[in-house]
Amino acid sequence: MQRAGFFVYAAHYVCHTQCMMYTESPVLELAGVSKGYGGEPVLRGLDLSLGRGVHALLGPNGAGKTTLINILTTLVPHDSGTVRVLGLDPATQAGRIRHRISVTGQFAAVDEVLTGRENLVLMGRLLGLRPAAARARADELLERFEIATAGGRRVATYSGGMRRRLDLAISLIWPPEVLFLDEPTTGLDTRSRIALWDQIRTLAAEGTSVFLTTQYLEEADQLAEQITVLDGGRIVAQGSAGHLKSLVGGAFLRVLDGSGTVVQEVATDGSAADLARVSAEVAATAPGLRVELRQPTLDDAFLHLTGHRAHPTEDSADRPDDNAPHGLEVAR
Amino acid sequence: MSAPPTTPTRPPTDRTPSPAPGSGILTASAAFVGRATRHSLRDVEALLMAVVLPLMLMLVFTYVFGGAISPSGDYLDYVVPGIVLTCAGFGAASTAVGVAQDMTTGTINRLRTMPVPSGTVLVGHVVASLARNLLATAVVVLAAVLIGFRPAAGALEWLAVVALLGLYILAITTVFAMLGLLAHSPEAASGYGFVLLFLPYASSAFVPVATMPSWLHGFAEHQPITPVIEATRALLAGSPPGGHALVAILWCFGIIAVAAALTAYVFPRRVAR
Ligand SMILES: Nc1ncnc2c1ncn2[C@@H]1O[C@H](COP(=O)(O)OP(=O)(O)O)[C@@H](O)[C@H]1O
Ligand SMILES: [Mg+2]
Repeated sequence: MQRAGFFVYAAHYVCHTQCMMYTESPVLELAGVSKGYGGEPVLRGLDLSLGRGVHALLGPNGAGKTTLINILTTLVPHDSGTVRVLGLDPATQAGRIRHRISVTGQFAAVDEVLTGRENLVLMGRLLGLRPAAARARADELLERFEIATAGGRRVATYSGGMRRRLDLAISLIWPPEVLFLDEPTTGLDTRSRIALWDQIRTLAAEGTSVFLTTQYLEEADQLAEQITVLDGGRIVAQGSAGHLKSLVGGAFLRVLDGSGTVVQEVATDGSAADLARVSAEVAATAPGLRVELRQPTLDDAFLHLTGHRAHPTEDSADRPDDNAPHGLEVAR
Repeated sequence: MSAPPTTPTRPPTDRTPSPAPGSGILTASAAFVGRATRHSLRDVEALLMAVVLPLMLMLVFTYVFGGAISPSGDYLDYVVPGIVLTCAGFGAASTAVGVAQDMTTGTINRLRTMPVPSGTVLVGHVVASLARNLLATAVVVLAAVLIGFRPAAGALEWLAVVALLGLYILAITTVFAMLGLLAHSPEAASGYGFVLLFLPYASSAFVPVATMPSWLHGFAEHQPITPVIEATRALLAGSPPGGHALVAILWCFGIIAVAAALTAYVFPRRVAR
């Protein structure tokens, strides 16, 4: 019995070490990373370790998202702590990192004077493609990103969505191991945003790890396996969307008036007893009120974690209702 | 140029992308020269300005002021070299704007994250400026010949003129490129450039220094444009340029060296926000 146990253990051990050989170092690794500008701290001691997959860095304007992206993509040096991108140090091995990543910055880096196709061919040449290969790749990407018909037009005539797509296409000329996207869908209409999400998902399925920043909770929810919440230069939470929502620790009772307008939302721990108590209190305030139970959203999680909303314009009013109530009518 | 893959051994089924080869200085420079040339050709207004302004300048100086400046009518021979150099300045000024644009938009940030020697983007701007200005210069010289300019220069002197002008254009372009690098917006870059365009007026380009107020003599005699003009003028007249040529060449190389050193210092430190 003892022997058998040992063998099982040994087999396990061998498999484990074998698997360890294949399990690469984390794609991104931060330990105590700080960065300031002119004495003002912008990032305050970040610790983070991310494997392959799609990761979102969620935070409001000014949280330090772009600063972190700049550090990870070898653009600016950090002040203290250790940074590893694909196991490499941006301070001393920037050149090697640059062969293996792509970046689509917060503001489109496309050449307005050139056509969309010329942009792609130029970047293809710079990445090391021969002229014919660069042209072929350009046509392929124009097709894939649905700008083929505009490929011969100057970028100055492109819409915001088309520029974004071209910008992303440039990042994919040579598929990178890690793709950094800084607020890829900010300023896009809903349709373009959803189209871009699809592109990002396809990419992830093809083996590229994605690290994207966003102010939109819904975006992080839709795309990312791991969400890191950044606020005021600090990581305030990390985990799956489900995990972050569970941190809120309850649900919300939505109070509606006779016409169906939401007049109030009351937090509850979700237990029958608490719901009965809260419903009774609500019922006592005015006649004819209805209630619905709403599960916490990332928005609630964000508010819970940081004490403020993630995105000022992202109020429930002008946002597509992604958190439709569960329609559980509790009381009349 | 390409870095060796450093990722640990992975199962063969894995679809991790391979590192991009990237480009070396020659390939990248060629690509950026192509880009900057397209920019030059497509910015029709700037191209027209680079040719039309000097042409108008020449007509104004020869027909309007020429009579008063030199009643004997040989002012054309005197003024053409000055116009040509002024023209080189006009054409080079847009380099500052182009560089500033690349530095303040996302372009430079993107290049810096790619396996590309990003400084070659400046090479593209400088080479395109050289081509643009030589073209504009040729047009101006041709127009001057049409209205009666008869240089006595032989083949050798012409060759020397082209070389000297090329060197001068290179010098002024590197200065504009550096201004574009330092400026915090393309608008500011074109503002700085404007100041430089006044230099030819305080040189022997349009009138001999001796006719200027005495407080200006020191500056006009010793600023870099005067020896370039004097040497060009002598060469076009078919006479040996003498010491002017040497001083001119030294100035140009000195300017290029200083501008290049400053650029090499500033360029890696500038990151667009
Ligand atoms: N180059 C810089 N110089 C000075 N301050 C900067 C610079 N870059 C960013 N900051 C400051 O750092 C903070 C975080 O900026 P940023 O990283 O752009 O945030 P986010 O991308 O999350 O909106 C802001 O207060 C911003 O003003
Ligand atoms: Mg940002």
